[in-house]
Amino acid sequence: MKKKKPKIAVWKFASCDGCQLSLLDCEDELLTVADEIEIANFPEASRRVLKGPYDLSLVEGSITTPHDEERIHQVRRSSKYLITIGACATAGGIQALRNFKDVNEFISIVYANPTYIDTLETSTPISSHVPVDFELRGCPINKMQLVEVISAFLKDRKPVTPPHSTCIECKLKGNVCVMVAQGTMCLGPVTHAGCDAICPSYNRGCYGCFGPKETPNTASLGDWLGEQGTGDPEILRVFRGFNAYAPSFRKESERHEEKKPDH
Amino acid sequence: MKKKNRTIKVDYLARVEGEGALHIEIKENQVSDVKLKIFEPPRFFEAFLRGRDFKEAPDITARICGICPVAYQMSAVHAMEKALGIQVQGPLRDLRRLLYCGEWIESHTLHIYMLHAPDFLGYEDAVQMAKDHKDVVERGLQLKKVGNEIVSLVGGREIHPVNVKVGGFYKVLAKTEFDHLKERLKWARDAALETVKWSSRFDFPAFDQDYEYVSLSHPDEYPFNEGRIISNKGLDIEAQEFENNFREDHVEYTNALHSVLIDRGSYFVGPMARFNLNFDQLSPLAKESAKESGIGDHCHNPFQSIVVRSIEVLYACDEALRIIESYEKPDQPSVDFEIQEGVGAACTEAPRGLLYHRYKIDEEGQILDARIIPPTSQNQKTIENDLWQFVPKHLDLPQEKLTWQCEQAIRNYDPCISCATHFLKLDIVRS
Repeated sequence: MKKKKPKIAVWKFASCDGCQLSLLDCEDELLTVADEIEIANFPEASRRVLKGPYDLSLVEGSITTPHDEERIHQVRRSSKYLITIGACATAGGIQALRNFKDVNEFISIVYANPTYIDTLETSTPISSHVPVDFELRGCPINKMQLVEVISAFLKDRKPVTPPHSTCIECKLKGNVCVMVAQGTMCLGPVTHAGCDAICPSYNRGCYGCFGPKETPNTASLGDWLGEQGTGDPEILRVFRGFNAYAPSFRKESERHEEKKPDH
Repeated sequence: MKKKNRTIKVDYLARVEGEGALHIEIKENQVSDVKLKIFEPPRFFEAFLRGRDFKEAPDITARICGICPVAYQMSAVHAMEKALGIQVQGPLRDLRRLLYCGEWIESHTLHIYMLHAPDFLGYEDAVQMAKDHKDVVERGLQLKKVGNEIVSLVGGREIHPVNVKVGGFYKVLAKTEFDHLKERLKWARDAALETVKWSSRFDFPAFDQDYEYVSLSHPDEYPFNEGRIISNKGLDIEAQEFENNFREDHVEYTNALHSVLIDRGSYFVGPMARFNLNFDQLSPLAKESAKESGIGDHCHNPFQSIVVRSIEVLYACDEALRIIESYEKPDQPSVDFEIQEGVGAACTEAPRGLLYHRYKIDEEGQILDARIIPPTSQNQKTIENDLWQFVPKHLDLPQEKLTWQCEQAIRNYDPCISCATHFLKLDIVRS
């Protein structure tokens, strides 16, 4: 008897849609993958909505509203396996910059009638609210890693997504180190691999869009950047980017906030 | 049996980017209320851009949208360059046009094949459509891929490219690195031509409207990054005059602000506006295909925007080929400049239409103030107006069919709701 296809759902919270677009950007693989699974809920791509429970949920975006805070629990309850995709879902995203400020000030800057806006004071990752089975990093995620994660799920094995740093990828590509050779600020040593070291390949420093690697020594890199003459405001900004609320990046950015720029 | 009172409700609009809902009330066979509700959570980009370095604007604003990040990067760098008093010309300017061609091809093709065409052919999505029309969907996917290949090559990756910089690029490629793209683009041009023919045969509801179209216009080229903002009803201004001519209103039921022309009201941006205002600047092949498709040199039915989008894909393939053929690697990847305080505004043509950015920076290049007005907020009122007009003409349709057609009327605009919710700096509050 033919095995029933696993039901997959794609969910969106606060985000730019880029990570779920990665699935549609799998131009060569999309129809093959679609043959193996039942796309049961994917509003960006389809009007069709099948009822849960879902075998696999892919969750994009961070939690920023009281409604979404409730909704993620419903998603978790209806999902056997839940994978978060991208920097928003795994670290709170760029919108987590509000976590360092007073959100009411943000609302009054942006909107004429702040009372219409219903938002939380923070932007938090999915794992702050419900248990997550696997986190895929990146702003945006790498589409081939997404295919790997879905394939691994279908074959009931662990996904192969290397935990090492962007530096290793960069060395494997044979790039000349932009930090050593040009003195360019680069987060490669502490950033999770997965992008194929594109920034150094395009003559610029890594800005950490894949978030912290496993056990990153951010303090050492922060000190070293300072010794090379990079000012605290600049070090703070580079750690406070698309993964600003990931604990190790957050801690390092705060360390440079405490210091005054003149020492 | 016909009901006199009806409600058309779509809780979560599908096949658009981001989260939105639709609510239409019909009383005594008259439309009494239309609300396009955008419930995408606000992300406050204008607020947290304050205090960031000017160099970060293209990377940060790209994150407003994963579908059209190049548009954000292009508007950001052009606005910053105005503030800094510099101009990027020659091959660097051409490369920016090439990058935009890539985004138009991938974004338009995504919309044509995966989001919009299934409506005309009666499928809920492109995967279902592929079961009966595999060759067509594969052609769409491959055409989209060519657009993504351009963005990846020039920009580093297809979503949130890394190579765009104030003053130019971080790295520029040698001419030979584009060789492989040339063959791909020749195939894409044929596929785009087929797309125009294919889409022009769809069954379009009769729905010509009298719109005010707004787009950039440039004396020498179909507009991407430069030009004056013009309309078919007399508007003709520079980008820095945008805020004197347009106003944004905060409406209670939506997280996106409604943009209107002051004293005139709603207007229409996007492919149809560009096409109607700049037909003469299209490539000969694009003009010819427009004529053969039956559209001719103007289009006032938003349901036919799928054909206009296809014509723009064809133009973008032609333009990309022209740029690659005449390209010579510049000596430097970006122009040199001194950081200075200033204010700069710029508009570029995102796939969905006019995208406005304005920044104020201090003498160290720190952003003091940012304002961004994306195309979807500009079209919101026009989308609602369309529904006010469309629904009364189709009250005989069964509920499910009418609901679907209303969704389709919204998808005509390829609305990008993620773009539309972050909005503006508002110190101009009205009484």
